[in-house]
Amino acid sequence: MSELEEFRRATRAWLEASCPAEMRQPFSSEADWCWGGRKWQFASEAQQLWLERMAERGWTVPTWPVEYGGGGLSKEQAKVLAQEMKSLGCRKPLESFGISMLGPALLKFGNEHQKKEHLPKIARGEIRWCQGYSEPNAGSDLASLQTRAEDKGDYYLVNGAKIWTSYADQADWIFCLVRTDFDSKHAGISFLLFDMDSPGVSTSPIRLISGSSPFCETFFENVKVPKENLVGELNSGWTIAKYLLTHEREMISSMGESFAAVLPGEQAAKTVGLKDGQLANSALRQEIAQFEIDGMAFMLSLQRGKDEAKAGQGMGAVSSMFKYYGTELNKRRLELQLSIHGADAMVWGDQPALPAHWLRSKGNSIEGGTSEVQLNIIAKRVLGLPDA
Amino acid sequence: MALILNEEQQMLREAAAGFLRDKAPVSQLRELRDSGDPLGYRPEVWQEMVNMGWTGIAIPEAYGGVGYGYTGLGIVLQEVGRHLSASPLGSSVLTAATVILQAASEQQKVELLPRICSGEWLLSLALEESGHHQGCKVNTSAKTSDGAIIINGCKRFVDEAASANAFIVAARDDSGLGLFVVAADLPGVSVQPVSMVDSRNSATVSFQNVAVTAEQRLGAGADSTAALQASIDISNVGISAELLGLSQQAFELTLAYLKEREQFAQAIGSFQGLQHRAAELFCELELGKSMVLNALQAIDDDRPECALLASATKAKLCEIARLASNEAVQMHGGIGMTDEYDIGFYLKRARALEHRFGDRNYHLDRYATLSGY
Repeated sequence: MSELEEFRRATRAWLEASCPAEMRQPFSSEADWCWGGRKWQFASEAQQLWLERMAERGWTVPTWPVEYGGGGLSKEQAKVLAQEMKSLGCRKPLESFGISMLGPALLKFGNEHQKKEHLPKIARGEIRWCQGYSEPNAGSDLASLQTRAEDKGDYYLVNGAKIWTSYADQADWIFCLVRTDFDSKHAGISFLLFDMDSPGVSTSPIRLISGSSPFCETFFENVKVPKENLVGELNSGWTIAKYLLTHEREMISSMGESFAAVLPGEQAAKTVGLKDGQLANSALRQEIAQFEIDGMAFMLSLQRGKDEAKAGQGMGAVSSMFKYYGTELNKRRLELQLSIHGADAMVWGDQPALPAHWLRSKGNSIEGGTSEVQLNIIAKRVLGLPDA
Repeated sequence: MALILNEEQQMLREAAAGFLRDKAPVSQLRELRDSGDPLGYRPEVWQEMVNMGWTGIAIPEAYGGVGYGYTGLGIVLQEVGRHLSASPLGSSVLTAATVILQAASEQQKVELLPRICSGEWLLSLALEESGHHQGCKVNTSAKTSDGAIIINGCKRFVDEAASANAFIVAARDDSGLGLFVVAADLPGVSVQPVSMVDSRNSATVSFQNVAVTAEQRLGAGADSTAALQASIDISNVGISAELLGLSQQAFELTLAYLKEREQFAQAIGSFQGLQHRAAELFCELELGKSMVLNALQAIDDDRPECALLASATKAKLCEIARLASNEAVQMHGGIGMTDEYDIGFYLKRARALEHRFGDRNYHLDRYATLSGY
């Protein structure tokens, strides 16, 4: 047996023994996602147990180094772990912006003290992070942000406001872009970390068209931030921001991977009905076929992107392509769901899953850089088209 | 299998790209058109393709081929699409040789395939009877009479008919669908050239009381519908590879033009109205690359979903080629409408290829049917 096969066998045995039965059920509501953090109320003992067991092995972040709370696994081993979790139906033990966004940035740009301080707490789900990027007057033009951090000798004094801060009201710490130089645009931005319990921080949830409030307005009034919480060099925050945005785009476009679960053609056969073996509505039939083929092309492209990266044949600035196409495809998917379910999809009941998802999907092509910004990036950075 | 080309395949691509750019560029297609060349390609260039082994690229070594699989052939066809290189590669190697591999008996394969590989024989499939592809439905008949088989029917859009030594004729017979290898010079076979929009060789071929023997029927008397359908699926993936190359080239020509052409004292490529359309086209081409490579690998792996993938891939590549060729003309502006400029050749070839073995609508419909809705 090869080493990897031995790892697979041992992993499977451990998962079977350690993953509580409740944690092997599909997610049924938002409460099933475990976000962790100081304010977190576990939905069940099983949820807590599962997080603790996985964190103990470093398997909430399988590929991070062991000294920072990770599992120290190779990419191949991490893939095996993911495959075995999928085949046993194990839930992801922890959802976290710390894992998907801040962690990779700290591993690349953080100093040793910052890595040792923050990464293990992310891995164990002890600290929940939020991202302070957008501002009321800095959306697509993110680099025009105005939240300022003044050097007060011992500390930075932060003043300003952020918007669209995902789960800021539930987060413990924030990674935040701040202006440290007003004379230059991109080169005047720094990357700060601070505690959301610091005096002067307040949040206010924003109710969305989908009915939920995942985003907040976040205000900073004379917030004192220790100087050791600056990541990277002063005024070099934009480099970190761009690196992190790439991860965010990849995370958003990976939503597309859930397409494969139920094919719309099968659903429509039930709701619209078949006539002589074909969907009774031929216009819908054509729309579904187009969607399924585009979905297939997108999934294959994600796969090709991974395979090319692995083989060292880089595709270039493709995260923008996946972000653009994946989010547009997701919007199409939900519009198609409305067509498939008809007026039933318009019923706003106690748990309006479909209409809420449909409404929420409209934000996919806005958050993390709008579709138009992604097209700008492709036009300029990939195609080399000139600036106006 | 990883969705990447291995080293051998990358070398094949480079070799094909270099050869076609030098020996069979789009300017050659223009010359062939302008001189009204009856063959529609340069025999000396074709001979070089034969010498390089392209005729046997997807044919197993046992039958005189190179055994690079359809992924190998697809790589070459993609480059053919880039340069609109005229040759019987599509008709004889992609389609006819595949029909033989799928439908013929072992003895027939041993007899016929080495002759295709060596370039001694050019074959062309005579299938279509109308302007709309109908899958394997044909009216041409093959009736047994006094020990001979008599073929009657009229076939349209037979590619490279002028140079074909023989046609593979799809006809109805007692066991269902039969595929007959009919020499072009048999009595009763007549070839009427048809001038096509893409300036490639095509003809209507009629078969009037053409007498053939049972040995000329591919396979041992069994119904050949499944074999023909599998060949059409494979051909559609190869055509998709050609459409991909064609679209990539049209896009690259357009991109260069956007950077060079100035209006309002700036490069027109600096206008966001054009930048976004170019970026969208880039995304579509990336999707197209993934679809084509996956479908080619699926054929070589003999995966069960080949039929579904063939229709999905053809439908998607028809859409991409239509978008890329239309945008190319529009973004070139007035010059894109001139015969002097090459873009028009890409537009014309894109549509002609789209209609070979089913256009986008045909394949969307078939995809839905195969998917059970």
